[in-house]
Amino acid sequence: MEVTSITNGIIIDHVPAGTALTVLEYLSIDPATTRLALIMNASSRRYGSKDIIKIEDAESVDLDVLGFVARQATVDIVRGGRITRKMTPNLPEHIVNVITCVNPRCVTTTERGIRQRFHLVHSGRQEYRCDYCDEEAKL
Amino acid sequence: MATLYAKKGEPLSAEDIPKTGTIAGAGSDTADAVHRRDTSSIVGRSVVTLDDLSTIQIRELLRKAQYIDSHRAQVAGTCSGRVLATLFYEPSTRTRLSFETAMLRLGGQVIGFAGAQLSSVSKGESIHDTLKTVSNYVDVVAIRHPKEGAALVAAQSADVPVINAGDGGHMHPTQTLADLATLQSRFGRITDLTVGICGDLTFGRTVHSLIETLCRFGNVRFVLISPDELRTPQYVLDRIQSSPSCSYTEESDLAAVIGDLDVLYMTRVQKERFFNEDDYLRLRDTYILNADKLRLAKPDMAVLHPLPRVNEIATEVDDDPRAAYFEQVKNGMLVRMALESSVVGDELAGFEPADAKEVFA
Repeated sequence: MEVTSITNGIIIDHVPAGTALTVLEYLSIDPATTRLALIMNASSRRYGSKDIIKIEDAESVDLDVLGFVARQATVDIVRGGRITRKMTPNLPEHIVNVITCVNPRCVTTTERGIRQRFHLVHSGRQEYRCDYCDEEAKL
Repeated sequence: MATLYAKKGEPLSAEDIPKTGTIAGAGSDTADAVHRRDTSSIVGRSVVTLDDLSTIQIRELLRKAQYIDSHRAQVAGTCSGRVLATLFYEPSTRTRLSFETAMLRLGGQVIGFAGAQLSSVSKGESIHDTLKTVSNYVDVVAIRHPKEGAALVAAQSADVPVINAGDGGHMHPTQTLADLATLQSRFGRITDLTVGICGDLTFGRTVHSLIETLCRFGNVRFVLISPDELRTPQYVLDRIQSSPSCSYTEESDLAAVIGDLDVLYMTRVQKERFFNEDDYLRLRDTYILNADKLRLAKPDMAVLHPLPRVNEIATEVDDDPRAAYFEQVKNGMLVRMALESSVVGDELAGFEPADAKEVFA
């Protein structure tokens, strides 16, 4: 399969296979209004299979959010048809207003105007927990 | 107190505790100097979980609780002019009475509500707005709320210290302080003990908090006694394993291990935790403490229970000198007195703070 390369923009590579749409959602990128190419379940030497997201004319991407939803992803900045910079996402210590707590007993389900905050408790397991109720974060 | 609130999961280190001598200064015997020397490290702080306190601060609160017990008259005016708000969004009579009595015995006053239907919550007011309002009236707040994390919201919203009096099934730090104070008064220490914990070890928040806090001090052997259905969660076991000086065994028969224990912490095995009634009926009696089982225990073992009990400790045990659960209630009030006076920054008359280095050693 061949997809036309982008001239200026961002390529998010090594996205876990099958999760590209979820990743776009968490990055607040609307596929209905953005010029982008999705390659899903492509073969990968490193992971067996992977998704690739190519976004035309994008300037930057939130590496904290990307680190949270797709730790293994890599980011290529493309300018004039060439990759000018490669980046890897961060594993952020805190994430704010990216996901909501799934615990129905958590105060965030009832308190108005509250920010959804999670903190990293174990970087090896990439385990995040709610700042308020300590429930483990779920995508 | 948002600016003073310790970052979650990051308890203060020993370095955070001001060295007493450097603050008081030689010969500075003014009330203000003594005041700062006594409580500077904890003044103005909210206590949402015990992680908000260093082990040094916890030990100091336990020392204060013991001091208060033996100097009731001297400390009776400690918080004169102070007002405590008890904001109880769900009923918990014993905890509320304990917080309120603590402030009254220190010479302060109390306002508050018990039950959300009596407050502006019934009109839809947020915790944030309620705390912003109440902060204008009082010096310290004790909050009880059915939602997990509510006390943290309160602490971030209030301009005065907030003490968590229980937020759903999440945290109840003053219960754990009461447990520690009871160990301290019974054994003179909270380390080098074999602590048996019996009953519902899956859902009991008091149990998890006690284990995690004892692990911070170290040198405790845990004997975790429960039916298979109610075993200790893995993350709590991981916490014990990450403490090199602590260890645990998992058991299912109380009578078989009671003779090894210095402390037996009983909890209630609730019928609704079981998948079928047969299992409940089969296991129930295994986890009831009665005089027969107590005969197998050491003569100086201490029996603790967060209360209220239903039938897991037979009433015949109450008269045994090893029964420490009503002492625990008294210690709960004493640690709340220590905590309330400390966070508002009022020194206890005649109390000599421990040298930070000495406590740390």
